Amino acid sequence: MLDRNRTFPALPNQPGVGFKSQHFEGLLKDPGSVGWIEVHAENYMGDGGRPLAQLRTLAERFAVSVHGVGLSIGGEGPLDPDHLARLKHLVGWLNPASFSEHLAWSTHDTHYYNDLLPLPYTVETLTRVCSHIDQVQDVLGRQMLLENPSNYLAFAETEMAEVEFLRDIARRTGCGLLLDVNNVFVSATNQQTDPISYLDAFPLDHVGELHLGGHDTDEDDMGAPLLIDSHGAAVVDPVWALYDHVIKAGGPRPSLIEWDTDVPPWPVLRAEADRAAKILTREAMMV
Amino acid sequence: MTDQQTFLATLRNSESPIPPGLLAPGGRPAGKRFDVYRNNVAVSLVEALESGFPVVRKLVGNDFFQAMAGVYWRAHPPKSPVLTLYGDDFAAFLDGFPPAASVPYLADIARLEYALRLSYHAADTVPIDPAHLMELPAEQLMRQIFGFAPAIQMIASRWPIFGIWRANTSADAPATGKEAETVLITRPEFDPNPIVLSAGEAAFVDAMIGGASLGDAAEIGASKADFVLAEILGHLLAQGAITSLEERPKP
Repeated sequence: MLDRNRTFPALPNQPGVGFKSQHFEGLLKDPGSVGWIEVHAENYMGDGGRPLAQLRTLAERFAVSVHGVGLSIGGEGPLDPDHLARLKHLVGWLNPASFSEHLAWSTHDTHYYNDLLPLPYTVETLTRVCSHIDQVQDVLGRQMLLENPSNYLAFAETEMAEVEFLRDIARRTGCGLLLDVNNVFVSATNQQTDPISYLDAFPLDHVGELHLGGHDTDEDDMGAPLLIDSHGAAVVDPVWALYDHVIKAGGPRPSLIEWDTDVPPWPVLRAEADRAAKILTREAMMV
Repeated sequence: MTDQQTFLATLRNSESPIPPGLLAPGGRPAGKRFDVYRNNVAVSLVEALESGFPVVRKLVGNDFFQAMAGVYWRAHPPKSPVLTLYGDDFAAFLDGFPPAASVPYLADIARLEYALRLSYHAADTVPIDPAHLMELPAEQLMRQIFGFAPAIQMIASRWPIFGIWRANTSADAPATGKEAETVLITRPEFDPNPIVLSAGEAAFVDAMIGGASLGDAAEIGASKADFVLAEILGHLLAQGAITSLEERPKP
């Protein structure tokens, strides 16, 4: 059983890592600057076995963030009640420091397509997303964080800017926001907009967590740069620069390194966390 | 307006034109940008099948597996976001997939791999203390009905599936036999452990799982080939597969 006296009230303003089972030993023996971990909710919905045992062990040592990838909050249809029940069960026994999900959809007609699919930003979609978030927060009995997406295209029917859309959601539902700095860079590059303007407009007061990750580089039919959010490489320097900008503007925040494909040996991931720690520590000393 | 039904229909069919309401910067058509979503979905679902059915993949080769997995996910997209359990009907799909007919045991290998996965994620349970069972007088012992750990799985095949599976998962596996094999999977701690059962052992375990008493199941086992009660009972106890005892009343 999890020792509930050792659960954590909030994510610390330190680096965290997306947990991969192959890093279990390395993380416990040599965490470096890592103060918390994040797990994908859907990987811990089995009944038992090694995944849950590892998670119970880690939860005694680190604050845990549960990050859902399959709730389909932006879906046109209702939320899947079975999936919501599974989330409630996981969040119930683990009592994580944070729960977050994406501004995206992935389920349609009870089928799940395992990607974070985009939605237009309209009054109609805003209303729908808000009602889904209200439902999630009611069922889980806690605040959730909503993450900004990586965009590869835009919808002709979009009526408002993404930052405005997210700010309205946070205001109406009381949810917090998860600011993925790599997604900001990917989207701004793909849409040929300015990432600094996006960040300066972002309601940093609502941000409970930051994400940093790597992306792939491609180009579209016209030869324009097309970045793809892959979580399969090191964080690039321009994203570190944006992160630095966010920390300067908003102060230290829990900061996650995501590396989900082509997962490197533990020391490589730890070094990425240590790089975030340098920026966080510098800012903490300035305050 | 591009609704989600339209978006998905386009995503599932790589020949479909991109809806005109999806745009690149400057209002150009989205074009290749839409392929990012097509690719993400296809690659991630095929990868989920690759990691769940590594021996099936090895048997048919990577290119064939990729094509087969592409047909499968389009016909059987996941019914839930819990991809650790995706592929529950992959074996049934393979039974009816003519291009794979030249590998007649392929579907049963998929059944075995899925059973290993179910066992891996099954609930943790506390096994009974073997001493408790051994202390019982023989007559009382034979009236015991066992409760089994949910991690236990049994797969019967017309093919030597354990031998084929082992030859494709370990470097120093002995030569594969030619006989039909029934595989029992237990999970002592976290790692599923498959073994081959004799005909007598398979009939015995099957009867026990079905709720027969130890005495009745042993009789069924003994009516078939190669049955030694102490051996199979010792294996079940050592593997922590028995989690409860219930005594059938005396007749």
